[in-house]
Amino acid sequence: MEFLRRALNPWGENVPIGVSWDLIWAAVIIGAVFVVAHALLVPKKVGAGEIDESEAKGLPDRIQRHKPGARGFHWTMSVTMFVLLITAFFPVIGIQFPWVTIHWIAGVLLILTVLYHIYHVFAKQDIRNMWIGRRDMKEGALGLQAAMRRPVHRPRAAKYPVDQKMFHHAATILTLGAVVTGVLMMYRVDNFLLPQNTYMFSDATWGWVYVIHGVCGIGLIFLVIAHVYFAIRPEKRWMTWSMINGWITRERYLENHDPERWAVTEADGAGEMEGTAAGGGTGQPALSDKA
Amino acid sequence: MAVMRDMIPPFELYQPTEVEDAVRLMRQHGDRGWVLAGGLDTFDWFKDRIKRPEAVIDLAAVDAIRGISAGEDGGLRIGAMTSLTDVAESADVMDRYPLLAEAAGLVATPQIRNQGTLGGNIAQDTRCWYYRSGWPCYRAGGNVCYAATSRAMNREHCIMGASRCVAVNPSDTAPALVALDAEMVVASTSGERTYPAADFFIGPDIDIERMTVLKPGDLLTRIDLPAAWPNARWYFEKIRDRKSWDFSLMSVASSMRVEAGMIQDVRIVVNSVAPYPVRLGAVESAIRGRAPSEETGQMAGEIAVEGARTLRHNDYKVALMRNLVKRSIRDAA
Ligand SMILES: Cc1cc2nc3c(=O)[nH]c(=O)nc-3n(C[C@H](O)[C@H](O)[C@H](O)COP(=O)(O)OP(=O)(O)OC[C@H]3O[C@@H](n4cnc5c(N)ncnc54)[C@H](O)[C@@H]3O)c2cc1C
Ligand code: HEM
Ligand code: SF4
Repeated sequence: MEFLRRALNPWGENVPIGVSWDLIWAAVIIGAVFVVAHALLVPKKVGAGEIDESEAKGLPDRIQRHKPGARGFHWTMSVTMFVLLITAFFPVIGIQFPWVTIHWIAGVLLILTVLYHIYHVFAKQDIRNMWIGRRDMKEGALGLQAAMRRPVHRPRAAKYPVDQKMFHHAATILTLGAVVTGVLMMYRVDNFLLPQNTYMFSDATWGWVYVIHGVCGIGLIFLVIAHVYFAIRPEKRWMTWSMINGWITRERYLENHDPERWAVTEADGAGEMEGTAAGGGTGQPALSDKA
Repeated sequence: MAVMRDMIPPFELYQPTEVEDAVRLMRQHGDRGWVLAGGLDTFDWFKDRIKRPEAVIDLAAVDAIRGISAGEDGGLRIGAMTSLTDVAESADVMDRYPLLAEAAGLVATPQIRNQGTLGGNIAQDTRCWYYRSGWPCYRAGGNVCYAATSRAMNREHCIMGASRCVAVNPSDTAPALVALDAEMVVASTSGERTYPAADFFIGPDIDIERMTVLKPGDLLTRIDLPAAWPNARWYFEKIRDRKSWDFSLMSVASSMRVEAGMIQDVRIVVNSVAPYPVRLGAVESAIRGRAPSEETGQMAGEIAVEGARTLRHNDYKVALMRNLVKRSIRDAA
């Protein structure tokens, strides 16, 4: 199997022109194998802690996990991501339609949603929620052992479990790779935002731009498969629901999250107060990571 | 880089005699196989060593797809392997579809028309020389169009329908077949499919590496012409740099039904302005119910070029298209 598509340019140089499309199938197969293996081998409940009634004291019934802005970002980005994947890869595998214009417009929308996300994170959320610290690594190592059915006590997570943080960072790198190269590729195609400029880079540099765009796109195929799989796994569905309605129950919170690492006050109650509760009227993010 | 050589690289040659054998071989070899009709486009590619198939399926002995016969409902069936000369000189074609006879008769030279087939003529690849020189452009699977840059030589390239690739469809018979509302019959191992001529040609927005719907394994077997409009008027004009042996810079084909001095029905198609023959639907709607006069033609020409976008060296094509469309209405006889 080849990794790159290459060609002889008019000057006789052998330059890359893109990633090999065989890798699409490699990503799909690896994704499918991962899903099947995980579904068969990993127990549904990986050693969650018991609920300590004393910890429950003073906590609201519903705890806000995702603000409306974060949920809006997540779903808008998902739609643009699906459109980008479909427009990029369906024509390659033989389902043909005029894809380029839909693709770059979805790409521009993705960029806008990412910009909004960055603003939202800095203005309304706590960026430290996504950092992977030493405790996360320990949590990850123990989680892995638990998944392998070893008799370990799996610690509770901060606001985001370490596997979600890792997914987030992988998705960030691949999306940024696709975005940066995608913007450059806009100079190659007809659009009303950027002028056509074929001479911006050498043939080889352009080739690597296409390769990186393709590699990131194909990597995202795998990530999306894994992400959708985890979103529908029975023991993770409460997290998926929280991305729809914004909150989780007190029980889910205590069972899966360490109140020391994700401190919640009564003011973080969701439901009727949804969207305004977090911050408790202080203007500060209340759902902070104290780890 | 393309270097014209006399020696064609070796390939396995198959000479089936039946359609079923041909499509089976085509399927067997997929995109490593090549269908050979008259060879006029084919041998260019082979000699330049740009296309190097492992197997060539020569259709010369498949008699079932050669010749002209009566079709259903008063139409005509033309086998894909019928030579352009036979199409241009057939009494039936000249009598009932003079538009097609004229278009076929204007292809290149008598020798090329003797050797070239109708199927090969409509399935032929674009003449963009960057592509035909073996440069790795979009159409060749690459990531750049050499003809669309600010310094490119693009006098023959398109003014509409581009999507990254700006090449044009070079066929003279293609616009005539679209104007006559022909149907293309395609066989493969999974059966037979029929495409209206207008849908048979595709643009680079859908597939940048193909000019028609034909995929590896698809054999164009025949072209069905529906019953001609009674007393139809028609017009075909091909503009080229030289009077003989030259591809068109632009061609126009129109077929028109006129009653009581008014256009009742009309189909106008222009080729070599886009990567596919362009049927002018908006023009057709605008001129129905009007007299085929100078004014109508003038108006039609203006509508036809709306949205045209020129490249560095081809803005002459806008004026040319305007005039050809006008003439195709005013001078249709
Ligand atoms: C010097 C020169 C000048 C020319 N000038 C003109 C001109 O002015 N106007 C014009 O219209 N054309 C022109 N042509 C094109 C020529 O007329 C032929 O029609 C054309 O080259 C292909 O026809 P062919 O029968 O030789 O097909 P080939 O060259 O054998 O095939 C052409 C392509 O079609 C495919 N193909 C052929 N038949 C079938 C089929 N039945 N099913 C599926 N695929 C098929 C082949 O695989 C190949 O890709 C010119 C060609 C030359 C060499
Ligand atoms: C994040 C998800 C994305 C995926 C999966 C993806 C995937 C792809 C793929 C596979 C191609 C074909 C490349 C080739 O032919 O080698 C492509 C082309 C293209 N992409 Fe993306 N892309 C994504 C995001 C973007 C973004 C954000 C933009 C720009 C804003 C963008 C702009 C383009 C353009 C303009 C092309 C056409 C380039 C050309 O054909 O020359 N893409 N994309
Ligand atoms: S016009 Fe089309 S065929 Fe010609 S160089 Fe550009 S992409 Fe290639």
